[in-house]
Amino acid sequence: MYRKILTIRLFEEKVYELYGQNLVPGTIHLYAGEEAIAVGVCSNLEKTDYITSTHRGHGHCIAKGADLKRTMAEILGKKTGYCKGKGGSMHIADFSIGMLGATAVVGAGLPIALGAGLSIKLRGTSQLVACFFGEGASNQGTFHESLNMASTWKLPVVFVCENNLYAMGTRQSLAMNIENIADRAAAYGIPGKVVDGNDVLAVHEAANEAVTRARRGEGPTLIECKTYRRKGHSRVDPAKYRPKKEVEEWMSRDPIGRFKDRLLQANSLTKTEISQIENEVAAEIEAAVKFAMESPYPAPEEALEDVYAQEEK
Amino acid sequence: MRKITYREALREALREEMRRDSAVFLLGEDIGRYWGGAFKVTDGLAEEFGDARVRDTPISESAIVGAAVGAAITGMRPVAEIMFGDLTALAMDQIANQAAKIRYMFGGQAKCPLVVRTPFGAGVNIASHHSQSLEAWFMHVPGLHVAVPSTPYDAKGLLKSAIRGCDPVFFCEHKLLYPVEGEVPEEEYTVPFGVADVKREGVDVTVVATLYMVHKALESAKKLEGEGVSVEVVDLRTLAPLDKQAIVKSVKKTGRVVIVSEDCKTGGVSGEIAAVVAEEALDYLDAPVKRVAEPDTPIPFSPPLEQYVIPDEKAIIKAVKAVV
Repeated sequence: MYRKILTIRLFEEKVYELYGQNLVPGTIHLYAGEEAIAVGVCSNLEKTDYITSTHRGHGHCIAKGADLKRTMAEILGKKTGYCKGKGGSMHIADFSIGMLGATAVVGAGLPIALGAGLSIKLRGTSQLVACFFGEGASNQGTFHESLNMASTWKLPVVFVCENNLYAMGTRQSLAMNIENIADRAAAYGIPGKVVDGNDVLAVHEAANEAVTRARRGEGPTLIECKTYRRKGHSRVDPAKYRPKKEVEEWMSRDPIGRFKDRLLQANSLTKTEISQIENEVAAEIEAAVKFAMESPYPAPEEALEDVYAQEEK
Repeated sequence: MRKITYREALREALREEMRRDSAVFLLGEDIGRYWGGAFKVTDGLAEEFGDARVRDTPISESAIVGAAVGAAITGMRPVAEIMFGDLTALAMDQIANQAAKIRYMFGGQAKCPLVVRTPFGAGVNIASHHSQSLEAWFMHVPGLHVAVPSTPYDAKGLLKSAIRGCDPVFFCEHKLLYPVEGEVPEEEYTVPFGVADVKREGVDVTVVATLYMVHKALESAKKLEGEGVSVEVVDLRTLAPLDKQAIVKSVKKTGRVVIVSEDCKTGGVSGEIAAVVAEEALDYLDAPVKRVAEPDTPIPFSPPLEQYVIPDEKAIIKAVKAVV
């Protein structure tokens, strides 16, 4: 778990650095600061389980087991990327590991996760779906429609709300009159749980309970993970709307440092082992950057491919 | 050959495909055993296939189509019903941004074999929220196939192709067509997408039409025959893919074209077809292109108001006479 959580952080820092060098087209929405959520949830999942993701999705991909090279190549718009350069930072998918893709329409992934859950139930397998979304998405109609249906049909879906307190620049208190998104679970007759989203073990434990419930056929759970972005909403956002004191407070609760301290205190890992992991991860990311940088762009006319599957079954 | 209704033809397609492939399932509002669909298309299917595969849903159009997307990309073949075409607006993100783009955005990884069925069309006095024809919205979205069958034969054959295909299909039906009878063979067949059908041969004028307007075009053609005008009626059957070749071929033969469509004229189906003619068959035209479509208004309630806006035989005949 430490390796994964660190991989996401260093990966995002590298993406930020490459963006600064004008090597990343478009925009980026970094997952830095929220790593404990994806890792805590996905550490409960099998390769055959599904996840759905959002515009802030690099961390979900990596936590589910995506290849760093192909992820980085996609972010740079290269042919060797997961989506052959058609998706970019906001639309990475790897169907071979159950990563059903990131949708950049806020709240649009919830009905898709619902459908994947329905598919599992109809096919009678023991899979499940973890659906990641932000607190902003919980104000969309799709949130209500999807949680209601998933609950009514007792589908194996774990709804994971990553509450980073701001929907772009809009603070939660300006957009809803409740403190905890998890309270909304009561409206659907399902468990709702608030968890410290910067504590990977706490997330793991809460997700474990939800996963167990889903696999038993008892239906969905709503987990709200309280967290904070280390950077702004997107690359262009200096996040001046966040009070300095609030930022400082959250930075002191950084998920990586806290987890590292706990591992050392519990003697789960030694300092040498930790620095060995750090070196290995850094090397892996360098290799991913090298692969992505050396990969070719797609040929322009490839823009016309993949619109339809066409071939008959 | 035996005759069955458009409604029965659709039901047969669903039943046969559900028997053939256990991945096929239906979901929608009131489609199950208690109602059988607002227009009774799915009547009796829950009794044969069970409530899990003929699934009543809450009134949640976005989640109905979204659930179909999620199921389709994980190995199922869902057929979603949206009770009235106007209500597809509620599911537009899932249709246009998710179903249509999911394969492309992810570089061809996803297959999204789903069908969204819905009835369009005016004529039964149910006013602005249950009567509009919005086919053009969907032919404007790359990644979707769009079916517009006019007969029981085409409805059954196209729906079977739609269910067996590998891409999302927006399947337009028409409320007035459900009770219409037509010949449908008992044996297995499918109708391919992208292949128009000449429903009546003629030499003087081509009338291009879809859905219920095909029937009005055929009635008009019958009347015009008595007046010595030979009309060819081209039924497009699908708007995406669009059989441009069939349009051009007919226009080459007749030199004149009238396009009849029940949707609003501005930004609609008829404009797209006129553009195809302008780009690919202008040199063969002996007269300007004429369009018969609804005026740019919502559909009104009161019968005289509603009848006024729906294209009728009088308007079709007038347009044909104007070009010969």
